[in-house]
Amino acid sequence: MNSANFNSTATVNNVFLFMLVISVFLLVAITVTMIYFVFRYNRKKNPTPKNIESHLMLEITWIVVPTLLVLAMFYYGWSGFKFMRTVPEGAMTVKATGRMWSWQFTYDNGIKSGELNVPLGRPVRLLITSQDVLHSLFIPAFRIKEDAVPGMETHLWFLPDKAGEYDLFCSEYCGVNHSSMVSKVIVMTADNFEAWYEAGEKAEGAKKEAPVPQGAQLLEEKGCLDCHTTDGTIETGPSFKGLFGKKTIVITGGKEREVIADDMYLKNSILHPDRDVVKGFPDIMPSQEDNVSEKEINEIITYLKGLK
Amino acid sequence: MGENSESAMQGKNFYESGGTRKGILSWIFTTDHKRIGMLYLASLFIFFTAGASFGLLMRLELIAPGKTIVTASTYNSFFTLHGVIMIFLFIIPGIPVSLGNFFLPLQIGARDVAFPRINLFSWWLYMTGGILALLSLFTGDGPPDTGWTFYAPYSIRTGTNVSLAVFAAFILGFSSILTGLNFVTTVHRLRAPGMSWFRMPLFVWSLYATAWVQVLATPILGITLLLIIIERFFGVGFFDPSKGGDPILYQHLFWIYSHPAVYIMIVPAMGVVTEIIPVFARRTVFGYKAIAFSSLGIAAVGFFVWGHHMFTSGISDTSKAIFSLLTFLVAIPSGIKVFNWVASLYRGSIKVDTPLLFVISFVFLFCIGGLTGLINGTLATNIHIHGTHFIVAHFHYVMFGGTAFAFFAGLHYWFPKMCGRMYSEARAKTAWFFLFIGFNILYFPMFIVGWQGMPRRYYDYLPMFHTLNLISTIGSWILAAGLILMFVNLIRSITKGEKAGSNPWKGTTLEWTVPSPPPAENFDEIPVVTHGPYTYE
Repeated sequence: MNSANFNSTATVNNVFLFMLVISVFLLVAITVTMIYFVFRYNRKKNPTPKNIESHLMLEITWIVVPTLLVLAMFYYGWSGFKFMRTVPEGAMTVKATGRMWSWQFTYDNGIKSGELNVPLGRPVRLLITSQDVLHSLFIPAFRIKEDAVPGMETHLWFLPDKAGEYDLFCSEYCGVNHSSMVSKVIVMTADNFEAWYEAGEKAEGAKKEAPVPQGAQLLEEKGCLDCHTTDGTIETGPSFKGLFGKKTIVITGGKEREVIADDMYLKNSILHPDRDVVKGFPDIMPSQEDNVSEKEINEIITYLKGLK
Repeated sequence: MGENSESAMQGKNFYESGGTRKGILSWIFTTDHKRIGMLYLASLFIFFTAGASFGLLMRLELIAPGKTIVTASTYNSFFTLHGVIMIFLFIIPGIPVSLGNFFLPLQIGARDVAFPRINLFSWWLYMTGGILALLSLFTGDGPPDTGWTFYAPYSIRTGTNVSLAVFAAFILGFSSILTGLNFVTTVHRLRAPGMSWFRMPLFVWSLYATAWVQVLATPILGITLLLIIIERFFGVGFFDPSKGGDPILYQHLFWIYSHPAVYIMIVPAMGVVTEIIPVFARRTVFGYKAIAFSSLGIAAVGFFVWGHHMFTSGISDTSKAIFSLLTFLVAIPSGIKVFNWVASLYRGSIKVDTPLLFVISFVFLFCIGGLTGLINGTLATNIHIHGTHFIVAHFHYVMFGGTAFAFFAGLHYWFPKMCGRMYSEARAKTAWFFLFIGFNILYFPMFIVGWQGMPRRYYDYLPMFHTLNLISTIGSWILAAGLILMFVNLIRSITKGEKAGSNPWKGTTLEWTVPSPPPAENFDEIPVVTHGPYTYE
């Protein structure tokens, strides 16, 4: 089976097929035998039963044969798994970060993207972590999955062997919008990928020199808008609209108090969201300390001031 | 079925002799194992109805992509409550506390369990836990939304009423431990003269194996849930990495209990199945000792396979390989049982009455559940189907198609003994038909949609998954119709059924030697046992 391995899709499919054939065979054999007995030894046809207490050879057979069978299953499953866990040399590394409720993919040159863009034919190694609670990165087309655990780095690899777009799901329950934590894997030709990668790099470089982009764009990039809106509707967190300067009731250390949403409060809410939690909302926002710079925070606050 | 009815009504049965208390008090303060069994049966019925309603609502929401009837957060509470109720309040206590309580003493020739008052106390704890769990729906900041697994750190951070639900499960754990202790002691100390270990009915063996798991595994759940409560109230970092805790530690602790708990759910069901087959085949069971030892084998190996719930969690690859291997080993005793059941039909004199009909469908559905369990236990395939609807289908085949079908089989089998009357056979078979068809239409599509990649606990899904979800939801209505038919038939027959007599099925175990319903202390004189349980000569 190992020789047939070239990517995780084929590996998993082969093992699955092997298991399925054995399972269907056993299921049919057991069910047919059982139903045959029920008809053949029906009370009308067979009024006098025969007591058979045991049969040593038969019992040994149905212990030994299934044991060999499950050991074979284990072996195939394990060897396929070994292949899926051994990252080939020359793989491109992409960091994947889960957060409520979006994915962020970071490339070696610093570009960040909400979708996983990869070149055709080159193995991709994903280093996965989470900013808040457990998530799980699942790409059904490539038959791979691994949890995103806060404070830990897990890994996966796959070989994008066909150009196209593939679904990417979160498969570990992570709260209200778990089912909308959906993204795409975009497999493009090496040339197209190169172009995208370099364009992204330039844009990233331009960002560093030029003043940080407008607050609106930052809110989108940093994932803020997964939970907060700018039009006054309440989703998971309070809306940004009209927030600046508003009197807000927060829970601080278990006690309610009233604050004015000023510069200090907003900055604090981004860096230490668990200190003052707005009343009526759950304490679930992760700290953005490693996600935004001082400069970006100021840019965001300036933008929020204008959101009347 | 009216044969033997003349012998049934000598003296008072346990419904008529309630002790010094009257009415409801004669029930909720009873120490009679049969009354406690019936109390549990009624309570299980109420919680099962609640759990099934949440299930039906979930299916209704999933009938089409996008919002159908409720918001995402309500849906998330639905699947949490469905899981908590069905697992902690229905299927874990399930067969042992109801059928087990009623029939364990009868089958070993005892007048009651070893500790009748503790038995009553267990029911009180069970009800307290149940009511607290339901209370968590209406109090605090909204119903819990973590799933029945309460995975950290989400369960630490969510603002919903998780602490109360967790506390409810904590209390239910004590109920389970006490029942386990009671059963272990009863089997050791109260067997009738001559009832040697290998003359015990195999249902008793299954309860005995289960009771050990309850006693040994449940304390771990208790401490784990307690740690969650402490972390939520005092901010001690056990599981939340932002406080220095470890979320994977939580998963280990949780599954060290919750995987053995799977065997608490299924082993008694296997016992019921083993009890029914010989009676309706009129012959002795094939491979008595193999069945008895496989119960113990499953219970023992079942302690060491918890890691197969964590193949994608980030634990080391070596430990995954070891857990996968052990998982395959636990499949062997389950396989032995299936082969023995089928062989026990060989050259029997079989009549397919409702109990056997449920048992035959149990074997079929349990095989599907078990074989797909092998696919889950295989490392390479697990990675793909982990956390998808494939898993949802798998455990419903084992838990509903397996345990609940066996429970229904046992209910029909022992109904004449518990109630002294017989249900309508025709209605029971009609109900079975709806249940069996509805069940497969409801759950089989989930295997496919899961393999295609639809994750579980999804409020909304991509349009490509629509058709199969629609079929599934239609199946849920057929299944619900079957449940209603079955319960109406059974409840109606409590008062309206024909008198059943003491032994309508020609069973050979001791419960069939006493009148139906049995008298308060079961036996006028403790029987002396001289042969094995399934002797048809």
